[in-house]
Amino acid sequence: MHNSAMKKRIAKAKAVDSVMTKLFYLIGSFFLVFLLVLAGYIIVKGILGFYPELLTFSSKGIGNQFFNTIYLVFLSLVISVPLGVAAGIYMAEYSRDGKFLTFLRICIESLSSLPSIVVGLFGYLVFILLTGAKWNLMAGALAVSILSLPLITTTTEDAIRSLPKGFKEGSMALGATKWRTISKVLLPACLPRIATGVILAAGRGFGEAAALLYTAGQSTIINWSNWDVTSSTCPLNPFRPGETLSLHIWAMRTEGSLNPNAPAIANFSAAVLVIMVLAFSLLARITARRISKKSGGQI
Amino acid sequence: MDTTKNIKFNVQSLNLFYGDFQALKDISFTIYENEITALIGPSGCGKSTFLKTLNRMNDLEPNVTLHGSIQLDSQDINKDMDAIELRKRVSMVFQQPNPFPKSVYENVAYGPRINGIRKKAQLDEIVEHSLRQAAIWEEVKDRLHKSALGLSGGQQQRLCIARTLALEPEVILMDEPTSALDPISTMKIEDLASELKKNYTIVIVTHNMQQASRISDRTAFFLLGNLVEYDTTIKLFSQPSDKKTEEYITGRFG
Repeated sequence: MHNSAMKKRIAKAKAVDSVMTKLFYLIGSFFLVFLLVLAGYIIVKGILGFYPELLTFSSKGIGNQFFNTIYLVFLSLVISVPLGVAAGIYMAEYSRDGKFLTFLRICIESLSSLPSIVVGLFGYLVFILLTGAKWNLMAGALAVSILSLPLITTTTEDAIRSLPKGFKEGSMALGATKWRTISKVLLPACLPRIATGVILAAGRGFGEAAALLYTAGQSTIINWSNWDVTSSTCPLNPFRPGETLSLHIWAMRTEGSLNPNAPAIANFSAAVLVIMVLAFSLLARITARRISKKSGGQI
Repeated sequence: MDTTKNIKFNVQSLNLFYGDFQALKDISFTIYENEITALIGPSGCGKSTFLKTLNRMNDLEPNVTLHGSIQLDSQDINKDMDAIELRKRVSMVFQQPNPFPKSVYENVAYGPRINGIRKKAQLDEIVEHSLRQAAIWEEVKDRLHKSALGLSGGQQQRLCIARTLALEPEVILMDEPTSALDPISTMKIEDLASELKKNYTIVIVTHNMQQASRISDRTAFFLLGNLVEYDTTIKLFSQPSDKKTEEYITGRFG
């Protein structure tokens, strides 16, 4: 009798277990399908409206916007990665628990949940009005950095904190200084996780529109044969206005809709943007894996 | 006690507090050169804490206050010495094998690189020599440039010993180095320790009394932050002078 009650209990537990397993598979596959359908829809729709002129680097194509997007993300990463990683290192290794750290954490959390239009207007106020500059890529990159900085800081801090205590102790016990321990052991060990943070930060840059509206601006006048960086029409001048793809999509769907090709341009831009983000994620992951493999971090 | 041996560490009236909690109470004793000194006692008795004070790893923890003196070759390690310099002379092997997530080679070369050795030929030589000394060369020589994390626990621990040997320290501190290992790996580490004491001074914390009696020359018994008894291992295990020591080594508590 005792035995049969136990058998019943086990059978019940197994049934619940199998239901839960199926449930999680279901949820997982739902998201996979959802993502594939969404990305597929955007890409297919973009390609269907394709015409060759879209690929030109002129006011009729999206080449300039494509370049601006990459350049802006690059600039923002140049600003936010060193600062964010340094701040993460500080939070994980140098700061002491106390009121100041709690305050700092609250600041970072608030910063990460700021609406991007607020950041955009702040950027407009500080980087454009106060400096007396025109709309420019650098101002846009700075605005995007405000959004991505907390992300990189938190990922770096979490990554360092989650490392086994033994890495640090082992290095310190060999007579290494703290900085050496951080730079030669801790950072390489959490590189893949920091890379994830950078990917997310770059993703913000690729997709950002509101924060760029009044910072990077909505015009692009570049002369591809002008390589004088100080000139405002030189593609590489970071202090020239530069519209990015996501802003272009927005523009084509609002004020630019007088242009009969606007929907096709917007759709194609969206497709290019999705592919860009995917390609960047892959590239960053492969690079991080390769570096950590080279240093022997992976088995 | 024996006076023919050189004194390596001289500890006088050492008191250590974690905040308000006193973890070590008035500890005084000497550790001799080219010997294995075992520290035994139940969990929380202060033996690991004491071990950490010998290379100032306790500096890494907040809220630690320390009184008394620890002399290494007649130099006060807290007053006359820099922690970085001290740790090059007094190295440590931990309870959990903790190789860096780098290749076997890079793990061993880490210490020498810190000391500014850059020439590849010289590093190659140090790496091979250290791995041979740690009795693991034959097992890893074909996979020097693969990750150290792929080694077994016992191999990882010997690699960690090789890593400290590469620095040519004078003293090796071992904090329960075999408690996470299987019996065969344990035996290898014990043999290694016995071999290494010819050139190094070894202080080992262990929970395993057979281990202490097998490999150590002297044994110190800690209890509740006190050093209860310190004597040659033979004497301490055969005729302990304190009743608590006798109770502990015969397994009546702990």
